[in-house]
Amino acid sequence: MSYFAGNYDVLVIGAGHAGIEACLAAARLGCKTAIFTINMDAVGNMPCNPSIGGTAKGHLVREIDALGGEMGKAADATTIQNRMLNRGKGPAVHSLRAQIDRRAYATYMKHTLELQENLHLRQAEITKIEKSQDGWHCFTMLGAEYISKTVILATGTYLKGKIYVGDVNFSSGPDGMFPSNELEDSLLSLGLPLRRFKTGTPARVLKSSIDFSELEVQPGDDEITPFSYSTDPKTINNSSVCYISYTNDKTKEVILQNLHRSPLFSGVIEGVGPRYCPSLEDKIVRFADKERHQLFIEPCGLDTEEMYLQGMSSSLPEDVQIKFYKTIKGLENLQVMRNAYAIEYSCIDPLALNLSLELKEHEGLYGAGQFNGSSGYEEAAAQGLLAGINAARKCKGQEPIVLSRGSSYIGTLIDDLCTKGCSDPYRMMTSRSEYRLLLRQDNADERMTPIGFEIGLVGNKEYQAFLMRKELKTAEIERLEATHLGPTDDLNKMLLENDTAALKSGASIADLIRRPQISYEMLKPFDKERRELSAEIKQKVETEIKYAGYIEKQAAQVKETIRLESKVLPEDINYDDIKGLRLEAIEKLKKIAPKSVGQASRISGVSPADISVLLIYLEKREQK
Amino acid sequence: MAATIAAVATPEGEGSIGVVRLSGENAVKIADKIFKARSGKRLSQLKGYSALFGDVWTENEIIDQAVALVFKAPMSFTGEDVVEISCHGGEFVVNKVLRLALDNGAALAQRGEFSRRAFINGKIDLSQAEAIMDIISADNEQALRASSEALSGAVSKKCLEIKDDLTFAAATIAAFSDFPDEEPEFSGIDKLGDMLKKANAELQKLIDDYDKGRIIKNGIKTVIIGPPNAGKSTLMNLLSGYDRSIVTEIAGTTRDVIEESINFGGIRLRLFDTAGIHKTDDAVEKIGVGRTLEHISSADLVLLLLDSTGDVLAQASEILKNADNKNIIIVLNKSDIKVAALDAKEYPNIPKVSISAKEGTGLEELLAEIKKVVNLENLSGKSAVYLNERQRNCAIRALEASKEAKAALESGVTMDAVGVCLDDALAALMEITGERVTVEVANKVFEHFCVGK
Repeated sequence: MSYFAGNYDVLVIGAGHAGIEACLAAARLGCKTAIFTINMDAVGNMPCNPSIGGTAKGHLVREIDALGGEMGKAADATTIQNRMLNRGKGPAVHSLRAQIDRRAYATYMKHTLELQENLHLRQAEITKIEKSQDGWHCFTMLGAEYISKTVILATGTYLKGKIYVGDVNFSSGPDGMFPSNELEDSLLSLGLPLRRFKTGTPARVLKSSIDFSELEVQPGDDEITPFSYSTDPKTINNSSVCYISYTNDKTKEVILQNLHRSPLFSGVIEGVGPRYCPSLEDKIVRFADKERHQLFIEPCGLDTEEMYLQGMSSSLPEDVQIKFYKTIKGLENLQVMRNAYAIEYSCIDPLALNLSLELKEHEGLYGAGQFNGSSGYEEAAAQGLLAGINAARKCKGQEPIVLSRGSSYIGTLIDDLCTKGCSDPYRMMTSRSEYRLLLRQDNADERMTPIGFEIGLVGNKEYQAFLMRKELKTAEIERLEATHLGPTDDLNKMLLENDTAALKSGASIADLIRRPQISYEMLKPFDKERRELSAEIKQKVETEIKYAGYIEKQAAQVKETIRLESKVLPEDINYDDIKGLRLEAIEKLKKIAPKSVGQASRISGVSPADISVLLIYLEKREQK
Repeated sequence: MAATIAAVATPEGEGSIGVVRLSGENAVKIADKIFKARSGKRLSQLKGYSALFGDVWTENEIIDQAVALVFKAPMSFTGEDVVEISCHGGEFVVNKVLRLALDNGAALAQRGEFSRRAFINGKIDLSQAEAIMDIISADNEQALRASSEALSGAVSKKCLEIKDDLTFAAATIAAFSDFPDEEPEFSGIDKLGDMLKKANAELQKLIDDYDKGRIIKNGIKTVIIGPPNAGKSTLMNLLSGYDRSIVTEIAGTTRDVIEESINFGGIRLRLFDTAGIHKTDDAVEKIGVGRTLEHISSADLVLLLLDSTGDVLAQASEILKNADNKNIIIVLNKSDIKVAALDAKEYPNIPKVSISAKEGTGLEELLAEIKKVVNLENLSGKSAVYLNERQRNCAIRALEASKEAKAALESGVTMDAVGVCLDDALAALMEITGERVTVEVANKVFEHFCVGK
C-alpha cells in the first residue's frame, strides 16, 4: 500500500555534494523542493578525503560560490588548514585546497538544508520512480508516493553499491551506510543506459599510533585565501598540519606478493576505476619503475583522532593492508580504525544527457554527480548546482542555463561528460580546459556572478560587493598604467637586484609589473599614491597587467571557437540524409544530438572532414 | 541528397582522348542510359575497377566510340560511385557527351566539386586537395613531381611531425600544471626550450622552401638584360622556339618588356625580354628602361647578355651598376663570331657562359648554370616539401606563435602564458592539414579548383 505524500516541483534523490547544491538552488529559486537521504547522518558526508579543492577542483568551488552555490561557504566555515597550490606556476593554475573538519562540514550542510525555505529534507529510500501524465512519481520503501514536475538523480556510490575488501565483498553504501538496491530496476525499465564504475578509499588510522618525529610537516599558508567571495579571511581556521611520508621497497614487496588477493587484479570487480585517482596497488603495477610513492597524512577533524592516508587507497584484504601500511616510515605501529575499501556502483553513460543535465529521452529527469560518471565532491557539487538551476527553470518554463567551455570549468566539465562521455570516473583537471588563462580561480566572480545574479541565485548584496571589487580593480589598473616612475637610484637598485634592466627614462608602473621578475608588491615603496587593497584584488590587478597580452590571445581563441558554437544544428536535422558523413559519424551524431557544430567537433568519432560536411550542409540549407 | 555531378575531366582543347566524369549515387544509372556496351552488358552489372567498350548514344544515333570505366563507392576518387567515359578527344564530341549526361539527370559540377567531395568523404585531406589543383596547373616536370608529392600527403606528414613536437610541449605544460607543486614527481619541463627550438627550425625550413616551391610551380622569373643589340631578342626567340620579339639590326628595337613562359630542360622560365639599359632621350625608350629596372628588382634570375664582339668589360660594368645582389649569369653571345675573353678575375662571383644565340650553341651549359644559380640542381619533389601560399601563411603564423612561446619561456613568465602561444601555433598548423576546420578555409580552398577534377 502506498500513500500520497505531496506534490513538488523538484525532488532530489541523494543528499551528497551534488544533491545538496541541487536542492538548495531549486529551493532558492522558489521551487517547492524535497531531498531524500537514506541516512539523515550522511547528509554532506565526505566518505573519502577530508579536503575540498586542489588543482582544478579549487576552480570549481570558486565558480560554484560565484554562481550562488553553497560548497565554498561550507568549506570556509569548516576549514582547518588553507593552502594555495601551485603559487609558483602562474595564475592560471593557482589552486585552492582546504583540509576540512568532515563532521563539522556535514553538520553545517545538514543545518543549512534544515533552515532553507521551500525545502523538505527527508530520510527515506526511494525505491521506484515512474513517469505519468501528471509528472514523476517517486515511491519510498515505506510506501510514500511523491509527485513532482522534475526529479534529480544524485545517487553517488549508493546505487547498487558493493564494497570489496580483498576476497570479501558485500552490498553496501559508503562508510557503512545502507545501499540503494531497488531503485536501479526502475531506472533500467525506463531504459537508462546504466553501467558500473568503482572508486576506493584508504584507511583511517589513529593519530597517536603514528610516529611523526621523522615526518615532514606541511602547515597551511601564511596568507589565507577563502573559497567564498563573501568569507572574511580572518574567520578561517588554519591551525592544522598535515604530514608527508613515502612508500618504500618493502611496501612494494608486500603488495606484489599479495596482488593475487586483490579483487581488481583477480577480475572480481567489473566496475571501471578512476584513472587519475588509482589505488596503491594500481600505482605500483602501472608505474613499476617508480621507487616510492608519496602519501599525505591528514587530520579528519578537530574533534577526532582519525587520520586519513591520502594516496593509499586499496582493495587488498585487511591483513595485507595493515601489513603494507606498517612498512611506511612513521606508521610502523599503526592502529587502523577504518579499513581501506573499493566500492562499485551503478551510474549512467552521460552521453544520454543534454548539456542542461536533463536526460535526452526523459523530460524532467536530471542526473548529477557520480551518477553522471564523475568523481570528486567538487565535480558533483558543480553538476548538482546546474541540475538544480535547470530543473527549477524547467518548472518555470525558462530556457536552461548551459555554461560554455570558454566561461568556466563547470561548463568544461559538463561539456566533456555530455559530449565526449567518459570511460572511467571523470576527474576535473586544469589540462581539461583549453582556456586556462581565462578561467582563473581569481576571476571566477567576473565569469559567474553576473549569471548567478541574473538567474536569481546571487543576492543583491553579494552582487553589489562584486561590482565594487570590479570597480576597484579596474581603477587600480588604470592608475598603474597612468602613473610613471622616474629612473631614481633606489628604483634602479631594486630592479638590478632582481636581474632586470635599470630604467634610463621614466616608465609606467604597469610596464614594470609586466616584467616577469617584478611584482606589484615590490613596487610598493616607489608607488606613493597606492591605496591598500585586499589580497584578492591585488592578485587580480597584477595578473591582468602581467598577462594582458596572453589573456588577449586566449580571448581571441575563444572568439574563434564561438563561431563554430554559434552554428546551430537544427533539431529536425536528419544525419542519415547528409551525403558525405561517415557511418561512424552519423551514429555518434544521432546518439549525442549536439546543439552546435562546435559541440559536434568535440565528439570522438566525428572527424574534421565530417565537420566540413556539416558546415557545407548548413550553408546549403541556409541558401534554400 | 547530393546530386550526381558530371564534367569534362580533361583539359580544354583538342586531345587524343577526352574524359567525361560522373560522380554520385546515380552515376552508373545515368551512364547506362547513354552508353551501350558492344557486349550488351550493363555498367550496373560491373564490379568496381572494371571497364566496358561500347558507344555513346543519343536516342537514335551513335555519337562516339568510348570506354566506360566504373568505380564503386567508396573505392573511387570522390568516395562515391564514379563512371569515367573516355571518348575521342574533339571538343565538340566531348561536350556533346557531357550534354547527354546532363540531359539524363546529372548536374554540371561546380568549380572544385569533385575534389570537394573527395575531401568531404575523407578520401583526401586539405593539403592533398590543394595539391590536385597544383597538378592540374603544373606545366613542368618539377612542379608536377612536387605536387604529386604533396598529393601523397608529404605536406601533411611534415606538418604532423612538427605538430607532434608542439603537442608534446603543450602536453608537458598541461601535465606540469596538473601536478600540485607539493608532489615532487614531475620533470620534463626543462626540455621545453629544446623542443621549441627544434619545432621553430623545422617551421622555418618549411617556410624557406616555399620560395623554391614557388619557383618550381610558377616558374623562374628571368630577366634578360644587356646593351642594345647584344642579341637579347634572338636569345629569347631561340629559347621560345618561335619569333616573339621583333628582331632587327637597329639597336633599341625592343621598347617594351616582352614576357614568355617556356619549358627549358624541364624547368619553367618566365622570360622577360627587356629594352636595354642605356641612356636615351627617346621618351618611349625611357619608359622601357624604367620597366626593365622594375623587373630586375623582382626577378629570380638575371641573364646579362653581352656582345662578345664588343668591349664586354665595359658593357658589363655599365649594366651591373643597376643589378647587383641578384642571381646573375653573364651570357657572352655571338660566340660564333668571336669568343670573348672576359678575365675570370672580373666579377669572380658571377658565372659566365658563352653561347651563340644565332647558332643555338652553348644552351646546355647555360641550363646547367641556371640550375646552379637558382639552387635547383638536385631538385626532386622527394627531397623537399613545398607549401602553397595559403599553407605558407599558416606556417608563418605557426612560427610566429611558436617563437612567442619560446620568447615567453625565456623571459621567465610562467608556463600558462607559454601554453597560450603554443595553442596558437598548433591551431595554425592544423589549418594546413585541415584537421582544424573553419568555414573560410574550406570555401577558400575549393574556390580555386577547376571543374572536373
